[in-house]
Amino acid sequence: MKTSLLRIQAIVTKELLQLSRDRMTFAMVIMIPFVQLLLFAFAINTNVRNIPVGVVDHSQTSLSRILQQTVSATGIITFTHSYHSVKAAQKAIDSNEVRAVLIIPQDVSQRLVRHPSVGFGLPPSSKQETSRPIAQWLVDGSDTVIAGSIKSLRNMPLAELLDKPANRNTPTFEVTLLYNPEQRSVVNIVPGLVAVILTMTMIMFTSAAIVREQERGNMEMLITTPLAPIELMIGKIFPYIFIGAIQVTIILGLGYWLFNVPFNGGLTQLAIATLLFICASLVLGLVISTIAKNQLQSMQMTIFILLPSILLSGFMFPYEGMPLPAQYIAEALPATHFIRLIRGVVLRDVDVIEMNFDMFWLIGFTCFGLLVAALRFKKTLD
Amino acid sequence: MILSTRAAANNTTYSPELAINAKSLCRNFGQLAAISNLDLTVEKQTIYGFLGPNGSGKTTAIRLLTGLLKPTSGQINVLGCHLPQEANKLRLQIGYMTQKFSLYDDLTVKENLQFISKIYGLTANEQKSRLSELLSTHQLTQQSQQLAGSMSGGQKQRLALAAAVIHKPKLLFLDEPTSAVDPQNRREFWEQLFDLCDQGTTILVSTHYMDEAERCHKLAILENGVKRADDTPQALMNNMSAQVVEIAANDLRYIKDKLIQLPQVISAAQLGTHLRVLVNKAERNPVGLLQRQSCIKPTDQLAIVRPSLEDVFVSCTGQGGAR
Repeated sequence: MKTSLLRIQAIVTKELLQLSRDRMTFAMVIMIPFVQLLLFAFAINTNVRNIPVGVVDHSQTSLSRILQQTVSATGIITFTHSYHSVKAAQKAIDSNEVRAVLIIPQDVSQRLVRHPSVGFGLPPSSKQETSRPIAQWLVDGSDTVIAGSIKSLRNMPLAELLDKPANRNTPTFEVTLLYNPEQRSVVNIVPGLVAVILTMTMIMFTSAAIVREQERGNMEMLITTPLAPIELMIGKIFPYIFIGAIQVTIILGLGYWLFNVPFNGGLTQLAIATLLFICASLVLGLVISTIAKNQLQSMQMTIFILLPSILLSGFMFPYEGMPLPAQYIAEALPATHFIRLIRGVVLRDVDVIEMNFDMFWLIGFTCFGLLVAALRFKKTLD
Repeated sequence: MILSTRAAANNTTYSPELAINAKSLCRNFGQLAAISNLDLTVEKQTIYGFLGPNGSGKTTAIRLLTGLLKPTSGQINVLGCHLPQEANKLRLQIGYMTQKFSLYDDLTVKENLQFISKIYGLTANEQKSRLSELLSTHQLTQQSQQLAGSMSGGQKQRLALAAAVIHKPKLLFLDEPTSAVDPQNRREFWEQLFDLCDQGTTILVSTHYMDEAERCHKLAILENGVKRADDTPQALMNNMSAQVVEIAANDLRYIKDKLIQLPQVISAAQLGTHLRVLVNKAERNPVGLLQRQSCIKPTDQLAIVRPSLEDVFVSCTGQGGAR
């Protein structure tokens, strides 16, 4: 037992020495979370603003111009172009000059007064039958987020166009938004980003770690020594636990200071959740390293894991919206469980033990992975 | 002694005089037979050499004997351990210096040795005294803080040897240890090997250098995974299946082209101003045979000379072996 610990310690010391001399890797440990946090937190935004749109104004009245200003005032769109015909507007959408076009018909003022939402009371039955939308949007519907944003304009209040007080309809449901009342995407993104960045760096570092020893010829020497596979595995992943902890600190720290992401949970809970996920990711990296023959292959396999970890884990799209087979795949990924845990801890102040399914899943994954990696690691060159 | 060696060769049960005892060893890689039917006995406290060209199976044989590869068939007993079953038990007793430098380029000499000593379970005190002893024996004291990757071939080789013997192994495997070092370093390296051997270590070394092979107590000549001959270098030279005739003449390239066509001639190679011709031992008068050839002038000088190890190697490998 004592010699076993000594051997593990030898591997850990060696890894730390090598890491401290590999400045590029060391820089990446810090730069990856730093740059990616800034990049993603600013870039990923589901509240779309300032969509470039055009207008075809057949009416050319002051009312049509006020209508344009009112729509523009929502901030969702910006009128960048004006077209004389619907055909020209459609061409502009084809060529991606604008994402949508507002077509204002000649009789916009008549349509407006007959419109029920304007609030002149119920129009006479004859007019009610003839009431039509006051204008039409032509939208490039290929991007569902953009299409959704423009669709949200469908029922925008128009009363202020005619200096009337806005309709105060009683909503069917009252909605109270917990944890992120301002609906800022960054609140949801930053904790999820911890999972994505840790998946990337932890799997990449460990999967390359053993393959590198094989490529450089060190493994032939190591396997003639009394070093046991499990000792090598533990020694290899141990230093990266600290590196993972540094990365989590950078991401959550910057998220807190720069983006005001609330930090509601306890540090101990965060440490437990993170440690479990780091171990699961490192072990996954080890399993890859026993399959890959060179560093390029290990890199490819890391990306193979990374992509579903970004797209299926709930980081970008809600898990509940995915079809069942995709949910099964998501369940197999450590990132999915960790995203649930860290969002729970950071945003909702939940104890890890309350989310015991995800916690035990990560523990089980780590133990099983370590066993697979140790069994797959051969102490021969066969 | 000879009797006990022979007895051991017939079965692979442990014999206290033998460090290595392998019988009918075969190893295939797909269709390729890297080692075929190799019988091997290495006595303790000797230096045993594997001599053979590249691809002759030297490295594969060493990997089989260290437990790094599993044999396709055959029995191996190394220091009383049956391989591959008892490979783990063997690991503490052997040292292995790979063909390619296999320590860490980005660690210093001292860090590399500290790492290996911990892997072999040396205590802090043992480590300290062993390291200073090894650094001075292998003339690495001055380089102890230097990164291994920045050292010369000779220094790297000394470091690799120091690492391989850090735990005082009973049996040391060296795979082409001097292929990247100059003659001076090679000479000093061999002096250290004899010191180790004198202290009780058995050494198995593979090489393709004749002068190095000649230093071994005993030698096996390998070709295409088959052992062509094995004995002491002296016995191999004495019992060679060819006679060596040295010719001093003017037009040696022309003479060589002509002589090589004779069925009795195994090979001919120019060494400076002489042509060294290997003639089949069955030929009773090799000098007379060559003198009768039209390419040889009466003024040319022919003489039978003492065979070298290279002659032995040529006579039992390649074209020579085939004839």
